[in-house]
Amino acid sequence: MAYPKDYKYTKEHEWIKVDGGTGTVGITDHAQNSLGDIVFVELPKVGADVTAGKSFGTVESVKAVSELFAPVSGNVTAINEELATAPEKINSEAHAAWMIKVKIANPAELNSLLSADDYEKFVAEEGH
Amino acid sequence: MTTLESTKTALRKTALNPVHRALGAKMVDFGGWDMPVEYPTFHGRQGGLIAEHLATRNGVGLFDVSHMGDIRVHGPQAFEAIQHATMNDASALYDGRAQYSALLYPQGTFVDDIIVHKFADNDYFIVINAGTREKDVNWVKQACSKFNCTVEDVGDLYTQLAIQGPKAQNLLAKLTMTDLAAIKPYHFTWGEVLGLKSTLIARTGYTGEDGFEIYVPPDENTSARVWNEVLEAGKEFGILPCGLGARNTLRLEAKLPLYGHEISDSINVFEAGLDRWCKLEKGDFIGSDALKKVQQDGIKRKLVGLEMIERGIARDGYKVQDESGREIGSVTSGSPAPFLKKNIALAYVPPQFAEVGTKLKVEVRGQGIGAQVVPTPFYKKPKKS
Repeated sequence: MAYPKDYKYTKEHEWIKVDGGTGTVGITDHAQNSLGDIVFVELPKVGADVTAGKSFGTVESVKAVSELFAPVSGNVTAINEELATAPEKINSEAHAAWMIKVKIANPAELNSLLSADDYEKFVAEEGH
Repeated sequence: MTTLESTKTALRKTALNPVHRALGAKMVDFGGWDMPVEYPTFHGRQGGLIAEHLATRNGVGLFDVSHMGDIRVHGPQAFEAIQHATMNDASALYDGRAQYSALLYPQGTFVDDIIVHKFADNDYFIVINAGTREKDVNWVKQACSKFNCTVEDVGDLYTQLAIQGPKAQNLLAKLTMTDLAAIKPYHFTWGEVLGLKSTLIARTGYTGEDGFEIYVPPDENTSARVWNEVLEAGKEFGILPCGLGARNTLRLEAKLPLYGHEISDSINVFEAGLDRWCKLEKGDFIGSDALKKVQQDGIKRKLVGLEMIERGIARDGYKVQDESGREIGSVTSGSPAPFLKKNIALAYVPPQFAEVGTKLKVEVRGQGIGAQVVPTPFYKKPKKS
């Protein structure tokens, strides 16, 4: 699975796509694959603030619960309502099935995220 | 999602370990065994826990359950030894008959739940759980020590495969001349399977479906050959290889207990609701005195089935609350149920909250989420038409 070059990645396996002052956030293909069949996503409300490195929600597969970590700080401007009824979209197209859109508070935070190449290396090492 | 590096003690492997890895299975440490949890794809088809679960409910699934242990008890007083060491009444057994039972501590709590097969007079075969193998073997040896019989750990003598689902008999019939229809549930026989003479064929399982468990020689080549031929023969029935993930959700829908969850060394037979298989009237056995007292005094908690009625998934260990939010118990197993398409759980609660229809809450990440006591098993296989 190719990791889009124009996204940035966290070591907790989230991706963010930046468009102007807004970041669109989801989890990576590696993350969905480790989780297995995803059945439930819990997201913040529009208008909520999220903090870089802190939990903004949870994603659950049949067998496990995982926290979602915000790649950047900011205010949530949209959530992907479709995931409430079709969470399996995250399995089938992880890099398109976005979760939240965030108005980025501090663009400098983006600098500490991984590039696609670095993330791919990180995953390869983590997977032994 | 962080992978934690733990000290790697040598994991035990079944003979099919290379086969699972070649199929691309996700492997996990289960009770000290390196086992497949799910197979993301199978021959280009979509696999994974949900697909495996549904294949077993609707067609057939194949499970490697060689990690299960086996104990053989034989000799002049094997019957007396089994009666003393297990809670069910072995006098109800005959050659070719098996029964669900348990090994108990003197206080009436569980060493393990087991299946006892009667091979012949004074010759019994006990199937035990993987995570408790050594403990169980030692326990049975000690429990039988004052009887004239031999207790043997024979767990490594077999590769054990479970063929489960409404099409299990159709599949197995392609691989054996044995009259499978003549084997009733919880019965077994020996027959030739794929050229392997005297294969133990039992109509048992842990999925809530019809199905068989076969015990074949444990060498890698034979094990792999049988595994592959079963999958090949099962193609027309939509077979999938199934991992421990589906095994767990299947057994949960059918309310089959799992050691360390619904049963343990601190939970007694009556609390677990397994007294149907505990024959106090058969005479003294390990745990019987304590259980007679429990029967008189009553129980303080009871295993119930819960269905979530609000959005949220109950998980193992989550707290159960009454409607006012007071903690009253905990979840022993909780999961989305792939066939029922509901979020279900088993939990221990005080008896006054055990009535079907009682509204409770499960604490999910600090919030009480609505749940309701429902009849169990959650899933019952349809009667044959």
